[in-house]
Amino acid sequence: MVLNVNRYVCGYCGACVAVCPHCALELVETWLEIGSGCTECGICVKICPVGALSLDEVKA
Amino acid sequence: MIDTEYDVVVVGAGPGGSITAKNCAERGMKTLMVEKRQMIGDPVRCAEGIAKHTVKKHIEPNPKWICAEAKGFRIFSPSGIKVEMVGEFGSGEVGYVLDRKLFDRALAHEAARSGATILVKTRATGLLIEDGKVCGVELEHLGKKFCVRAKVVVGADGVESKVGRWAGMNTSLKPRDIETCAQALVYDPSADQEFCEFYLGREIAPGGYAWIFPKGEGCANVGLGILGSFSDAGAPFNYLNNFLKKYLPNAKILEIIVGGVPVSKPTDGIVGDGIVLVGDAARQSDPLTGGGIGNAMEAGAIAGEVVSEAISEGDTSAERLREYEERWFKERGKKLMRNWLVKEHIMSLSDEELDKLAKSIADVKFKGLQLYELLKHLLRRNPKLLWKLKGYI
Repeated sequence: MVLNVNRYVCGYCGACVAVCPHCALELVETWLEIGSGCTECGICVKICPVGALSLDEVKA
Repeated sequence: MIDTEYDVVVVGAGPGGSITAKNCAERGMKTLMVEKRQMIGDPVRCAEGIAKHTVKKHIEPNPKWICAEAKGFRIFSPSGIKVEMVGEFGSGEVGYVLDRKLFDRALAHEAARSGATILVKTRATGLLIEDGKVCGVELEHLGKKFCVRAKVVVGADGVESKVGRWAGMNTSLKPRDIETCAQALVYDPSADQEFCEFYLGREIAPGGYAWIFPKGEGCANVGLGILGSFSDAGAPFNYLNNFLKKYLPNAKILEIIVGGVPVSKPTDGIVGDGIVLVGDAARQSDPLTGGGIGNAMEAGAIAGEVVSEAISEGDTSAERLREYEERWFKERGKKLMRNWLVKEHIMSLSDEELDKLAKSIADVKFKGLQLYELLKHLLRRNPKLLWKLKGYI
C-alpha cells in the first residue's frame, strides 16, 4: 500500500502532520510532503477533515 | 541581515511565537522569529473567539482586527434545549471574535517593534543538538539551507509541531486527542450577531461540537470539530454541510478552512535543555472548549520572561527552564486539567443525558460568564450523572 494525497482536495491544515506517529509528514505552505518514514498506518487518512488522503495499491 | 547566532530563536509566528519573541526582545534578548509560511496569519485555522481580558493583557485592542463583540454565549443540547449566559466576560472563552489574519500580523508587528528579527518563508528542518542540549536550528529559506545557533529554541510551531519531536519530546497526537475541524465563513443576515453559539449532539458533531460565531456585517464563522477517533476521511466537511443545511440554509460561503485542535491531557515535559514549547505545539489549547489563542499568548509571556532570565543567568538547562512549565501549570494548566476531565466525562454521556443536563440548568440566570459557574450548577443539580467529576469542580 502507499499513501497518496489528492492535492486538489487537500486544505493544507496540517492535522495529518499532528497525528503521524512517525513524523513522516511535513506541510510546506500548500504542499504536503510524504516522507520515507510512512508506514501506511492510515491514521492520517481518518483524521483528514476533507478526505484528501488515501491508502492505495499504487502511487498516484 | 541574518546573523548566525542569537539568544533566542522562535519557530512559528502565531500568537504564541510572537508574544514569546516580543517578551524576549523587550528584555534585551537578541531574538529571531522564523515563520515557514510566506504570509504571517494566513491561511487561518481558527474559530477566532477569545476572552476580551486575555487580549487586553497582551495587546491594545484595535477595531482593525476585532470583527464582533459577543455579549454572551448559548449552548444548545442535542434536542435543542438552550442554556444562555449573558454578562461581562470573566474567564469566558469568547468575547471578541477576531480577524486572525490581521491579529497575528499585529502581534508579529509588536515583536518586530520590540526588536525581534523576523524571517518569513523560512522553515525549520531540524535542530542542532550537542551533548543532548539543543543549541540551534537548521533553517531553509528560498531554497538555501543554513544553521543558526541559539541559547534557547522556542517551538511555537503549532498543532503540526516538529520542534519538540526533534528534541525527543513525544508530542504526536493520538486520534482521541485531536478534534478534526471544518469551518465556513458565511454571509447570512439571519445569523445572530450578539451571541456565540455552541451546538452539541452525536448527529451534529460526534465527540465535539458545532459553533456559530458572529463575524460582523451579516457574517459568521460556522464550524465544527469531531473527535479524531470518531472521524473518518472527510467527515468534518460532510457534517458541516449538513449543519449548514439545517441551521443556516441560505448562507453564502465566503471562505472554507480546515484544521486540527489538540484536546489531549495537559502534558508536562514541555521544556528540555535549551528548548521550550509554547501554544498548540505544547498542546496548551483548552481540551473542553478548543480555545487556544489566549493560552498560547499567556504561555508565550511566561516563556519569554523565564527564557530571558535563564539566558541572563547563563543557565538554559531543562532544570532552569522548568520554571516556565511550573508557572504555566499554576496559572493555566490546572484549569486545563479540570477541563480535560470534564471533556472526557461529557464525551462518555449519551445525547439523552446531555439533554437532561441542559434541562437541569435551563432556568438558571447566570450572572457571569464563567464556565466554572456553569459546571458548578451542573454538578449540584446532577450529582449522580456527574459523580465522577466531584472533587474536581
